[in-house]
Amino acid sequence: MSSAIDGLLGTKLGMTQVWDEENRVVPVTVVKLGPCVVTQVRTPESDGYSAIQLGYGQIDPRKVTKPMAGHFEKAGVTPRRHIVEIRTDEASEVEVGQELDVSVFEEGGLVDVTGRSKGKGFTGVMKRHGFSGVGASHGQKRNHRKPGAIGACATPARVFKGLRMAGRSGGERQTTLNLKVQQIDPEAGIMLIRGAVPGPAGAVVLVRSAKKGA
Amino acid sequence: MRKLDSVDAASERTDIPDFRPGDTVKVHVKVIEGNRSRIQVFQGVVLGRQGDGIRETFTVRKISFGTGVERIFPVHSPIIEKIELVSRGDVRRAKLYYLRDRKGKAAKVREKRETSASV
Repeated sequence: MSSAIDGLLGTKLGMTQVWDEENRVVPVTVVKLGPCVVTQVRTPESDGYSAIQLGYGQIDPRKVTKPMAGHFEKAGVTPRRHIVEIRTDEASEVEVGQELDVSVFEEGGLVDVTGRSKGKGFTGVMKRHGFSGVGASHGQKRNHRKPGAIGACATPARVFKGLRMAGRSGGERQTTLNLKVQQIDPEAGIMLIRGAVPGPAGAVVLVRSAKKGA
Repeated sequence: MRKLDSVDAASERTDIPDFRPGDTVKVHVKVIEGNRSRIQVFQGVVLGRQGDGIRETFTVRKISFGTGVERIFPVHSPIIEKIELVSRGDVRRAKLYYLRDRKGKAAKVREKRETSASV
């Protein structure tokens, strides 16, 4: 990547489509990234590990807790709504108070996008865990989307912990790996990412350069 | 989708004429063969338009050697060199799928008479 620091917070704006240079339609997610401000630099000497802390988004100053207000004051920046830490060995290359924008990424590169997936509420096992359900015919009655057996009989005489069942699904942190950066507009602070990213439109997402590569 | 208008504006085309279902159009399509590019014309009746904004598409139907051929184009596709309006059709539906079941003269769309608009 073009910079040592390759993670930014942003807002998912929604999806649309663009045409690539071979006139093929490309589905893209539009993400408004940054500007993020460095609020702290973690070093092995003081913290035991190397990372940078980024702040993003506006917040009403009255809503900032006193401890956080002190933290932002120490960094010499206005309070931000969201804070995230990015582990990097090149943490010494940035300074506290420095602003980072979408230009830390490159067009055509690969990124990982982390966000909170859309909440689905209470769902059955077919939707939640991809179970196949029960047959449509052969005498089945009101049985079609059930999980089937959940264990044996007198031994062990209980249901094992962690067995996949119906319940709340979605609304949890999820990372989609290796998405291609289709386009970057540094002026608008906008990045077009090929494919879908977790979460609803308007949600905060963390975009980092791909960790595992292609 | 309002929020993404600025993104869509970059790929949106303004040179597309206003055409409707029932109209006969000539679509000039860019065909790239290896490193050569040429123009192919697809002429037929517009069966309908679907979707809106940047993802709007339209279907064109023509009879080629006795066989019905339909092509779906994105309205804002860069492969379209230009769209020529041949004639306006007089139709009462937004989707002319009934033309698929008709043959010969019955599959014709009446041409719209423009006089009524001016009087």
